[in-house]
Amino acid sequence: MLNKKNKTYYVCVFFFCLFVLFLYGPTFTIVLLSFQGPDGGLTFPLNGVSTYWFKELWRGGSVVDIGSAFKRSIILGLIVMVLTVLLSVSAGLAFRKKFWGSDTLFFATVASLIVPSIVLSLGVALQFRLLDDLTKWLGSTFDINYINEFFQTTLGMFTSGLGAQLTWTLPFGLLIMFAVFNRFDKSYEEAARDLGATPWKTFKEVVFPLIAPSIIGIALFGFTLSYDELARSSQVMGAGNTLPLELKGLTTTVTTPVIYALGTVTTFVSFSVIGISIACYIWLKRKRG
Amino acid sequence: MMKFLKIKPTVGLLSIPYSLIFIFFFFIPLTLTFIISFWDYNEYSIIPDFIFENYSYIFKDCFNFEKDMCVTFKTYLSTFIFCFVTWFFTLIIGFFVAYFLAFYVNSITWQIVLFLLCTIPFWTSNVIRMISWIPLLGRNGLVNDFLLSTGLADAPQEWLLYSGFSIVLAFVHLYTLFMIVPIFNSMMRIDKSIIEAAYDNGANGLQILWNVIIPLCKPGIVIGSIFVITVVMGDFITIGIMGGQQIPSIGKIIYVEMSYLQLPAAAANAVILLALTLLIIWIMTKMIDIRKEL
Repeated sequence: MLNKKNKTYYVCVFFFCLFVLFLYGPTFTIVLLSFQGPDGGLTFPLNGVSTYWFKELWRGGSVVDIGSAFKRSIILGLIVMVLTVLLSVSAGLAFRKKFWGSDTLFFATVASLIVPSIVLSLGVALQFRLLDDLTKWLGSTFDINYINEFFQTTLGMFTSGLGAQLTWTLPFGLLIMFAVFNRFDKSYEEAARDLGATPWKTFKEVVFPLIAPSIIGIALFGFTLSYDELARSSQVMGAGNTLPLELKGLTTTVTTPVIYALGTVTTFVSFSVIGISIACYIWLKRKRG
Repeated sequence: MMKFLKIKPTVGLLSIPYSLIFIFFFFIPLTLTFIISFWDYNEYSIIPDFIFENYSYIFKDCFNFEKDMCVTFKTYLSTFIFCFVTWFFTLIIGFFVAYFLAFYVNSITWQIVLFLLCTIPFWTSNVIRMISWIPLLGRNGLVNDFLLSTGLADAPQEWLLYSGFSIVLAFVHLYTLFMIVPIFNSMMRIDKSIIEAAYDNGANGLQILWNVIIPLCKPGIVIGSIFVITVVMGDFITIGIMGGQQIPSIGKIIYVEMSYLQLPAAAANAVILLALTLLIIWIMTKMIDIRKEL
């Protein structure tokens, strides 16, 4: 076997540590710099330690309305999370057997992960633009007062934005379900069925508790990928921007550590969500074992 | 009547909501993009038509070999170079990280912990991870401070940030995970007794790596490569931010055309980008069956 304590082992350990440093080091620097004193700039050295830039961020000084973008991102993330869990778990169950169109759907799932995001964003934007034109045309042709007076656009965070993000989160959900069911012991289910349980009851009492920890994983992907999604959302959010979109705009305009403070806050949110998910996962695993 | 009700509702029906999302937000948008790439447009609107101007405009001057290379070819060439360099580094780093996790970490718990350690950044904001390089690589950044104070350089190095270098660095930083996961997955499926057999027959570590482990990891390597290459092909955000908005990419062209509402032109560019991406994937998937790998 590969000998544990030989030279290669230490080289590998060293290499891995370097990689972890590479992964986390930069983020750590901006967390550090976000506590920069009021006179500090975008780079080291730290001119004192303060929470000045967080207060600045909170006041909204020099930054666009970050508070509402933040709220929008959280709400959208939660909706995407719930839908990702529901749709990918149900599709995952369906995929355990071949069904009409299952190959096409699988192909679409993989294709959706690798289609360039800007292409998808453009496509969805075009689709909703045509939908707008169609609605306006209907309004003027059939003289529908409501449309003529109030209709502006179908493009929006909870229509096109939500859909575009789902094409990114759902594939992860379904692939996780595949991984789960590929390693799933069917005999528990068969036992339940033999004992006369209905399909729903089998799912609720047997399958669901077994896959519950993985569902936490799907939820984690659903929320975090939506919360940070940028490329697919870029053309389809309509009037209100999400946090990543605002952030991208800020990279070219803001020249104070406010942007680091914002980075620290969003990273903190992401880490909290990840922490909670991992805790839930472990708790569910323990409960079962 | 009873008999009719007893027709088993097939489990396949559960895929309907999922399918609807993909029909409405994937198939239809991409089909529309293809159709609209043949439409005409003016400053205000897009006009149904069947013209090839959007395409011929993209390749204007491209086949006149007496002149310099056209913008489109130059942009694709630069994108391909980014793809290749990023692919190379993510593959090397990803492979060795996966190798360490799969073969040198023996306890499952540690494997999970270290694997999570690699995955967690993937769940945080990409933009933040990009701008976090600024205090390190900028004109007054840590790296330049270090170079100046040790006398390794006598002037701040400008190529560290807003350059091809910083773009590749950010890509590697963001997407090495796409290599680690599938390669690690492949490695975990390798029957340890095969390696032992090779060892017993006198193969040394390097030979085992080259003749046993790498061939068996091929599917993981291919899947990881597909992810990395496609994500770089269509990128406009990383190249935009890390290139200081100065370096072109196809994604960026599409983005700019959209902001000027030249939608059919953007659609034509999107179709070409998509076709090229699919061609690359098609060539790569010839080598493996993805579904078996999950």
